[in-house]
Amino acid sequence: MPPVAMTPSPFRPPHFAPGAPTRRQALAAGVGLGATLLVRPTAATQAELTQAMNAFAAGAKVQVGRVLLDVARLVDNGNSVPATVSVESPMSPGDHVTAIAIFNERNPQTEVASFELSPRSGVAKVSTRIRLVTTQQLVAMARMNDGSCWSHTIEVFVTLAACIETD
Amino acid sequence: MARTLINLPKSIRRGETIEIQTLIAHPMETGYRPGSDGVVLARDLIRHFKCFFADESGQHLVFSAQLFSAISANPYLAFQLRATGNGTLTLVWEGDQGFRQTETVALKVLG
Repeated sequence: MPPVAMTPSPFRPPHFAPGAPTRRQALAAGVGLGATLLVRPTAATQAELTQAMNAFAAGAKVQVGRVLLDVARLVDNGNSVPATVSVESPMSPGDHVTAIAIFNERNPQTEVASFELSPRSGVAKVSTRIRLVTTQQLVAMARMNDGSCWSHTIEVFVTLAACIETD
Repeated sequence: MARTLINLPKSIRRGETIEIQTLIAHPMETGYRPGSDGVVLARDLIRHFKCFFADESGQHLVFSAQLFSAISANPYLAFQLRATGNGTLTLVWEGDQGFRQTETVALKVLG
């Protein structure tokens, strides 16, 4: 007895045209589309992050170094994440940090906070607590009194997002 | 009036750099979040914070911050100040819906 002709995949019904999406793929695409529609209107993008960084730099070249953004790399609760920015600077009248800013990639708004310092600060170090909506990049930037601009970029993983809970 | 906490070191030597820690009770409503009825809650943020130090030479702005929706509820801010002498610290929080609060703290140095 000749063997029965096999369909290309035993798990695929024979009426399926080759190359057509499976039910599983179609469902996954639908879920992905829904998520995109929900998140899109209120999420900043990489382009907005770059734009915000350039606006802060005010024409200066953004250099990497001197700034340290200290945030836990694995965040349990995105509603309140301790963040500290410190900048290597003598904070003397001739050489000090004038401004520090924190930016994010995926929150609804790119800006997180900006701070203005003076030689009276003594040490260029600022701490606060921030909200993170999801796993993303964070950038801390510092502007010196000579106009130069320094940055530090980190990646944080967020397990519980902010902005989800309502009271 | 919102509750505030302002923390300075117990003893401060002249010329020493100290950390000033501040906390203020405030919801920091982002304006992106729907309430239980599905309607987006109006934004209510503290937008600006300023710290002035006043001594016999006058009042100086020593630190200022601009805050956005990504700052947690009950905003905590810690910053540094070189304690040059005795004086008064004035801390001002300003925000949406006419929010404004001012607190003053005496800064005393030893010797």
